[in-house]
Amino acid sequence: MMTLKVNGQDHQIDSEPDTPLLYVLRDELQLNAAKFGCGLGQCGACTVIVDGKAVLSCVTPLVLLEGKHVTTLEGLGTVSEPAPIQRAFMEEQSAQCGYCIAGMMMRAQALLQRNPKASDEQIRAELAPHLCRCGTHMRILRAIHRAARLMDTAELSPAEQRSAQ
Amino acid sequence: MARSAIIGGAFAALIVGGAGAVFLIAWRPAIAAIEPPAPQSFAPDLVKRGRELAAIGNCNDCHTVSGSKSFAGGLPVPTPFGTVFSSNITPDTETGIGRWSEAAFRRAMLAGVDREGRHLYPTFPYDHFTNVSDDDNHALYAFLMTRQPVRAPAQDNRLLFPLNQRVMIAGWKLLFFHRGTLQPNPAKSAEWNRGAYLVEGLAHCGACHTPRNPLGAERANASFAGGNVDNWKAYALNAQSSSPVPWDAEALYAYLRDGWHPDHGTARGPMAEVVRNLSQVTPGDVQAIATYMADKFGPPAPERSRKGEEALAQAKSGAAASGPEALRMDSPGAAIYASACATCHESGRPPPYGGINLGLSTAISDPDPRNLANIVLSGVRPVEGERSPIMPAFAGSMNDAQIVSLFNYLRSRFSNQPAWTGVEKTVREARGTETASLQPSAGARQAPPADPAQRAKP
Amino acid sequence: MNAPVDLDRRQLDRRQVLAGGGALIVSFSLTNAFGEDQAAPPATAPAPPPPGSLKTSPYLDSWLRIDADGSITVFTGKAELGQGFKTAFQQIAAEELDVPFASLKVVTADTKLTANEGYTSGSHSMQDSGTAIQNAAAQARALLLNEAAKRLDLPVRRLKTETGAVIGSNGRRLSYGELVAGDMLHVQATPTSKLKEPATFKVMGKSVPRVDIPAKVTGGAAYVQDMRPAGMVHARVVRPPSYGAELTGCDTAAVEKMTGVVKVVRDGNFLAVVGNREFQTVKAMKALAAAAQWKETAKLPKQDDLPSVLTSLPAQTSTIFERSDPTVFSQRTIEAIYTRPYQAHGSIGPSCAVAEFTDGKMTVWTHTQGVYPDRQGIAEMLHMAPDDVRCIHVEGSGCYGHNGADDAAADAALIARAMPDTPVRVQWMREQEHGWEPFGPAMMTRLKASLDGDGKIADWNFEVWSNTHSMRPGGAGCMLAGQHMEQAFAVPPAKPLPLPEGGGDRNAIPIYTFPNAHVVHHFLPDMPLRISAMRSLGAYHNVFSIESFMDELAALAGADPVAFRLKHLDDPRGREVIEKAAQEFGWRKDQKAPQDRGYGFAFARYKNLAAYCAIASEVEVNRETGRPRLVRAVAAVDSGQVVNPDSLINQIEGAIVQSTSWTLYESVTFDDSRITSIDWQTYPILRFDAVPDSIEVHIINRPGKPFLGSGETGQGPAAASLANAIANATGKRLRDLPLTRKRIKDAIDA
Repeated sequence: MMTLKVNGQDHQIDSEPDTPLLYVLRDELQLNAAKFGCGLGQCGACTVIVDGKAVLSCVTPLVLLEGKHVTTLEGLGTVSEPAPIQRAFMEEQSAQCGYCIAGMMMRAQALLQRNPKASDEQIRAELAPHLCRCGTHMRILRAIHRAARLMDTAELSPAEQRSAQ
Repeated sequence: MARSAIIGGAFAALIVGGAGAVFLIAWRPAIAAIEPPAPQSFAPDLVKRGRELAAIGNCNDCHTVSGSKSFAGGLPVPTPFGTVFSSNITPDTETGIGRWSEAAFRRAMLAGVDREGRHLYPTFPYDHFTNVSDDDNHALYAFLMTRQPVRAPAQDNRLLFPLNQRVMIAGWKLLFFHRGTLQPNPAKSAEWNRGAYLVEGLAHCGACHTPRNPLGAERANASFAGGNVDNWKAYALNAQSSSPVPWDAEALYAYLRDGWHPDHGTARGPMAEVVRNLSQVTPGDVQAIATYMADKFGPPAPERSRKGEEALAQAKSGAAASGPEALRMDSPGAAIYASACATCHESGRPPPYGGINLGLSTAISDPDPRNLANIVLSGVRPVEGERSPIMPAFAGSMNDAQIVSLFNYLRSRFSNQPAWTGVEKTVREARGTETASLQPSAGARQAPPADPAQRAKP
Repeated sequence: MNAPVDLDRRQLDRRQVLAGGGALIVSFSLTNAFGEDQAAPPATAPAPPPPGSLKTSPYLDSWLRIDADGSITVFTGKAELGQGFKTAFQQIAAEELDVPFASLKVVTADTKLTANEGYTSGSHSMQDSGTAIQNAAAQARALLLNEAAKRLDLPVRRLKTETGAVIGSNGRRLSYGELVAGDMLHVQATPTSKLKEPATFKVMGKSVPRVDIPAKVTGGAAYVQDMRPAGMVHARVVRPPSYGAELTGCDTAAVEKMTGVVKVVRDGNFLAVVGNREFQTVKAMKALAAAAQWKETAKLPKQDDLPSVLTSLPAQTSTIFERSDPTVFSQRTIEAIYTRPYQAHGSIGPSCAVAEFTDGKMTVWTHTQGVYPDRQGIAEMLHMAPDDVRCIHVEGSGCYGHNGADDAAADAALIARAMPDTPVRVQWMREQEHGWEPFGPAMMTRLKASLDGDGKIADWNFEVWSNTHSMRPGGAGCMLAGQHMEQAFAVPPAKPLPLPEGGGDRNAIPIYTFPNAHVVHHFLPDMPLRISAMRSLGAYHNVFSIESFMDELAALAGADPVAFRLKHLDDPRGREVIEKAAQEFGWRKDQKAPQDRGYGFAFARYKNLAAYCAIASEVEVNRETGRPRLVRAVAAVDSGQVVNPDSLINQIEGAIVQSTSWTLYESVTFDDSRITSIDWQTYPILRFDAVPDSIEVHIINRPGKPFLGSGETGQGPAAASLANAIANATGKRLRDLPLTRKRIKDAIDA
């Protein structure tokens, strides 16, 4: 049994310690955003934030997470109260099938928390671990720039403050 | 800081002491500027030969900023004395070598002096290029003068006084630079000699793989005993080699051509570009390099051979290497390895696409944990659009304590070497330094490549 | 398809011709409303059918339901694949019914609830389903008005509809809910409808935000992968190492004892493990895979010599287009061969399905493109009556054609049958999706053409070698579970998709007008690798070939590539699309790209009857490394009446980026027995370091014109545009896909 802090809440996890975080999130905690794309750390669809840093949850076993704080897309906001990154992706309609999008958003969120003035080059470089098969890249970049502008004017929500730690 | 002061002091003493002699060495005449030769004036075959030689010399690696124009220079090269920026060697007439005659180019290669007569910092390894033949320089000149001219003014080096005074280099040369002393060894084969010519000359392997003295010169009596480049350890290539499985000519050849070998791993860091270049070179030349270097490694001692066989056998069977912590599966490092690493590194999928069995990894057996830290923190990034290995980065998911714990476990389980010291410090430093080879450029366009055309059949 | 068929595209019979041997696909009926392109039907013909899919499902209540409380449900037999159809259909229905957008709900492909519209494929959804919904909604509105007229005792012209109600000129108001009664909508559609005037559109033609995106960006349940019905168990299949391998032994005892394992299922060569927790099941799968022993017999062809492989396979050859004008003289002739390797769909989310077998009935939740054919296949596989099987579409990740979805559905059904009353979730692994999905087939084309004395094309010859581009429907024999189980089903013989749509010959017939033309299709029934439909089918390679060759001919003629195309194109909408793309790009005759850069242009009308697309590209090539990079692309598209402009732009942008990846990087690799491109290391696709600086999409909207399918129209033109730009930048013409860095470098160095 292990206590895992996810989106500000403590959970008692009984998955085995070698279980990748992705399965803990999806299978045990029934969260949807982090996706299984490859399980090999090659595509980025599973990305979440741990202690302020974007990580590939499919290659992050539970054993590494003692005392750390996990933030998933669900923890940033909801449809009725979206975080700037979520608002930006909705406003830019940055999705086709949408399967890769949650991972992209978490990577972008971690970047913008660290570097709110990230340039286009830096954003592209940061997204290197991420694949999008539908070809939504241009919109994803636009949405992240938009999110940066939105974040510039907004205060960090409690969820974002937590995820930045 | 203090170091440079000491060095500066040494030079100053040198100059005061031997002012006259040094003056004669320090000053070199300018060679007249020429009209840039027309690219068509160079025979295509000569240019082609030059291209190969440039690949052996790895010229593009230092003289190109990843993602920017080829050969336009500007790459910052960190040294213990400050940062030196590589020069523009495109045939641009104002900011490159467009007005260099072949004689000027040859002098730079052989003596480390530019067209205007200024000494070049030995970051440009003319201590090796001094061995390059006139024919080869002729071809290299043809190749460079037919590149696309790029206007890119030189960046100022960031060296502290007095090292930023080029006249200092004269003193350094006096002490450490020996012009073209390489002689063929009649007792060795033609292939060995060809390899010697290439390795000690253009390929300048020792520039990375030989340790340097405090004044930055390669230690002549420690040839290939290992060095540092760009925050990576360039492993020892002599009898002090720390690879679990000893290298031989056949393995070297395959590794240098393909960028990986199942018994040794995949080229990473600065070596990745080297093998990419070598993949385009005549096989015979690579074979020569492999033959010569195999001799440098020397035949392994029987004990080392035996341990190598054991490591290979264990890798095949998946059994644990011997070591005091091998059976302590309850250690945090063991748990991390089992859950975060073993899924790929014990999958049985062979390199280069399957994680190498860590019992074969030099990174774990080497005295310096730096390469392991670099790899685990930053992962291995794919080459754009080409089949290439991908390893995820663990900098985000592992904190320093976890990495240290993992490294200590890996060291004890997968090597026969004593425990590392200073792992914490190395890991901290590795986190802070994004090496030039791993970091995407400002242009975020290119990734460190290793030509996968050779790896079409994993 | 063995006899030569004489076709003049301007008088195509739009009814699908089910020729001779019988196509195994559902007939796609194209709307009657292609007014200007269709010859008038003969006077003695029977009454024309209603438009779109109303032809096969003519009852209005197959498409719409209005409840007494006024809630409205729209039914479509098509699936949301991420193209935004759910939203588009909602727009269409809202517009024609005159109700607020948000007051409708769309139910997608479900064998119990929706019409059978075959597959969501071939860019037919707008033409088939969109048209059906549009007309059904318009006719429903007419019925409601008529009913209101009766009840209000007012002529229809004194009534109007607004926000879900009919309002009389006397102010009386009757909501739809009040009006609808019993079987009011259980009437067959009439051939024509009174559609809204485009100028009055309130919601159609507008970029309404997609209804599915909010859940996708907030972690809502959006995919079949997110399903967690009560009591669900996890399953993982252990696939054979190669095609046709036989499971000779498997000691399952140890695996059965692993933590969390519920069951090991073995049926012939089909092997799977079921567990309570997902990761435990993954571990069990690995252990099961290690315990399995296989006898492999697969013999795959030489990967590096596909052209020889293709031309040496037995072929069924037919001339599919012939035109002759002996008065025209050929002066200069050139010839070229273009090749394409096998390419993968590479869906980002490996295939997944959930199935439950209860009371003798099977329900499967699947991201298949065709719930009805999938149901048919599963029923056949399990020897069940089709009525006892229900397939419900739930979104997966983008499929881009026939990927592993149908197979995952069959896997889930087979396992579920072994565990009644338990929902079973099958999730494919990355390596399985890469290794077992049906690929886009390798193709080869040979072109030969001549110019006359005026620099116009006098003579055009085109040959294409290809497998079929669809192994659907095929029943149980087309699904891996059906092929691997003990009582195996044979893979049905491959059949070509008939023209005018075609498969390997899709877009093989040029849209340009040439005085002499001869187009030949070498249909190759033998499939060394598993293949099926991949976005745009043969059109990708055929358009790549034609449009590359047009540039080669233009160069021979000393002509500007855009002007050269216009010289041979009569279709006015095609001309407009070309001109628009060129203009927006800044295309100039005798232009010269900056150092290391090149400009390229390409155009096609998908299937010569769907959407038009022209693309101008600027490419940069690093001469030292050969690395190509798309700098910017400017596209113009004409897809008839546009329903959701933003969705359309999204699709075209995506098509350009995806096609760039296919064209510059992608090829399936295999050795003599196994597929070796099994993950993103070994099958690299485009990453952010290759994303262009900009992509512009300019829509030429045609209000009132029929919808034209646009989901696949960009693939071919994007490829050719890149090839032409690379040729322009380097002076070297590359004809073998993918146009890799190494190939470009070798061409430059040569």
